[in-house]
Amino acid sequence: MTIYLDHAATAPINDAAIAALTEQVKKLGNASSVHNQGRSVRKDVEDARHLLSELVGCNPSEVIFTGSGTEANNLAIKGFYWKAIAADPKRKVIVTSAFEHHAILDPVEWLVEHEGAEQILIPITKAGTIDLDFLKDLIAKRGPEIAVISVMHSNNELGSLQPIDEVVKFAGSIPVHTDAVQSFGKVNFNFAELKLTAATISAHKVGGPLGIAALILERGLDLTPILHGGGQEREIRSGTLNAPAIVSFAAAAKSAIENRETNFKKVRELRDYFISKLQTAVPDVVINSVSDPALPGIVNATFPGTESDALLLLLDSEGISASAGSACSAGVPRPSHVLLALGISESDADASLRISIGTTNTKEEIDQVIAVFPSVVERARAAFAVSKLA
Amino acid sequence: MKLIAAMSGGVDSAVAAARAVDAGHEVVGVHLALSSNPQKYRSGARGCCTIEDSHDARRAADVIGIPFYIWDMAEEFHDGVVENFLSEYASGRTPNPCLRCNEKIKFAAVLDRAKGLGFDGVITGHYAQMRESAEGRLMYRAEDPGKDQSYVLAVLNSEQLAGAHFPLGDTHKEDVRIEAKKRGLYVANKPDSHDICFVPSGDNAGWLRDRLGSEVGAIVDEAGNKLGEHKGAYTYTIGQRRGLGLTVPAEGGVPRYVLKIEPKTNTVVVGEHESLAVSKIFGEKPIWCGPVPVSNTALRGFAQVRAHGSPLACSYSHDGLEIKVELDEPLFGLATGQGLVIYDGDRVVGSATVAQTE
Repeated sequence: MTIYLDHAATAPINDAAIAALTEQVKKLGNASSVHNQGRSVRKDVEDARHLLSELVGCNPSEVIFTGSGTEANNLAIKGFYWKAIAADPKRKVIVTSAFEHHAILDPVEWLVEHEGAEQILIPITKAGTIDLDFLKDLIAKRGPEIAVISVMHSNNELGSLQPIDEVVKFAGSIPVHTDAVQSFGKVNFNFAELKLTAATISAHKVGGPLGIAALILERGLDLTPILHGGGQEREIRSGTLNAPAIVSFAAAAKSAIENRETNFKKVRELRDYFISKLQTAVPDVVINSVSDPALPGIVNATFPGTESDALLLLLDSEGISASAGSACSAGVPRPSHVLLALGISESDADASLRISIGTTNTKEEIDQVIAVFPSVVERARAAFAVSKLA
Repeated sequence: MKLIAAMSGGVDSAVAAARAVDAGHEVVGVHLALSSNPQKYRSGARGCCTIEDSHDARRAADVIGIPFYIWDMAEEFHDGVVENFLSEYASGRTPNPCLRCNEKIKFAAVLDRAKGLGFDGVITGHYAQMRESAEGRLMYRAEDPGKDQSYVLAVLNSEQLAGAHFPLGDTHKEDVRIEAKKRGLYVANKPDSHDICFVPSGDNAGWLRDRLGSEVGAIVDEAGNKLGEHKGAYTYTIGQRRGLGLTVPAEGGVPRYVLKIEPKTNTVVVGEHESLAVSKIFGEKPIWCGPVPVSNTALRGFAQVRAHGSPLACSYSHDGLEIKVELDEPLFGLATGQGLVIYDGDRVVGSATVAQTE
């Protein structure tokens, strides 16, 4: 038995994306070359860019392809910071939510350590959303010092959608970036409607291949590049265009968005079914994730008196794949900063799992998972009890 | 059986795990993260706490085809091994942290957790042999005398031994390397780890000075005459001859050795070689690796007091709280805090911590 419940980490590649990828990969040509083959590949890339821009709600020229969501986030955070301080050295404050992905938090921390930036984290309310009053006050008091505001469109561990429209409204002329990696293709996301300055999207979360993502960046804005070279993407990102991945990304996104409402309903029903069954199977489970407005498939749960790495090991041995928090570079599990930001204690955060359901899951799979949960939790508790005795 | 393979990232634990899989066991690989701030790379052949080591362990598990996880044992390791190491030195004793790690971490914290999770035991790449007997599982020296690690495992009681598996005990190290190569384990030629894993620089004295201070104290002879000064008594070892930095030359140029470390007065006592002679050893906190020998009776056996020391013929007895050893021939230089291990031929009878010598 293998049941994959870690769709928020990466999702299975869909058929449309495989077909596009395998076709394009056979094709010779560098999209930057002027000759016949180059032109042909360039057309494929630009067709894909055009399609993707329609799906995102932006202009084609606003799509800057990158190698990963992490790269797009770095480009945005560092780019906006450098741009701001070049214009006005006082504008060195970077505002993000406290529960951003490490691909946002870490570049900010790097700028704090090496470039004199000041980081301000927006606290998280019990409802799993950013504290808008805090942000409003902050902008009123220190608006002219803020280089960029970056708030994720939805949280990857709690599923909660964030009030990005409100953030943009309060921000006024301050650039706003959103990490929409988890949202794009799963819930309504439209760059133009939200009046964003920048957004990050990634292929492998929506059924596309690994190694391709994009920074959506308002037209006419220049950001300092991180990678210097051929200047392929608006002189902001260099590197030979990864045509097969780009074409496949667009195909995956098209499929995800065309089926978005059906998928959303299906995944959400599975999620609600899973939660209700889990609450019966493990009565003292605490659900941390948000049900609405939220991503459809995220369940975050605390199993008091356990450790998440023991739960993951035991689930894995039953063929069930889930996840927990994050790990340091040596692979040591760390309590989730998202749960800590939500005000959950370190020991409860340590005892929590994220289960992310996707379109390929079935009700039968959920039943199979629920069937093993009580014994998994029991064994994890036995192991935890021993460690506390020692 | 369902077994946890403790995988350091070295060649021994990788081959041990692979052998357990071949033997039909359900094996899960676990790398113990023992440092809360691991170094990125190994420097030379030291330590087993680097990120590189955890990657090597993961790669070996992937090649063998077993699941692999990292268990954070940094807190347990700090409390049970590092703190003990420091407090022992601070009280003038010379501890062996590998013994403590086996006793408190690998065959306690890890074994207990494994059992809680539904596993039957723990596999390590240690070199020692197990034999089942009417009196339960017994531990013997390894086939390879150069690699025998029964000394550092003599802190395991019967219950811990019952959950311990050492698949390499019957093999010579060079054959383990050959086997690793055949199995496609690229750690085949990785150098052995030496020294103390949590002192990555290898500078034990410097590491201790950083933590215990470097208060200047006197170096005296047995009569109490001051011969020089030191910067931290705990950086000396009983029997040490070189690097004493004495300013008063010895009569007749006779070499002088560290005889005693007195932490309360921060004094190091030096003297002639004969003064190092030890013929009686008293060990506290005995642990029996199998049946408890009959008490208050002199028994014949061998005592070993260093990881790679020779077995010394002796008579020993115990009263349940203390093991008393009378050596047939005196040994020169033995620090308190070291492990005293009793053997009956090749069988490990038990161990204690050296508390006093005469």
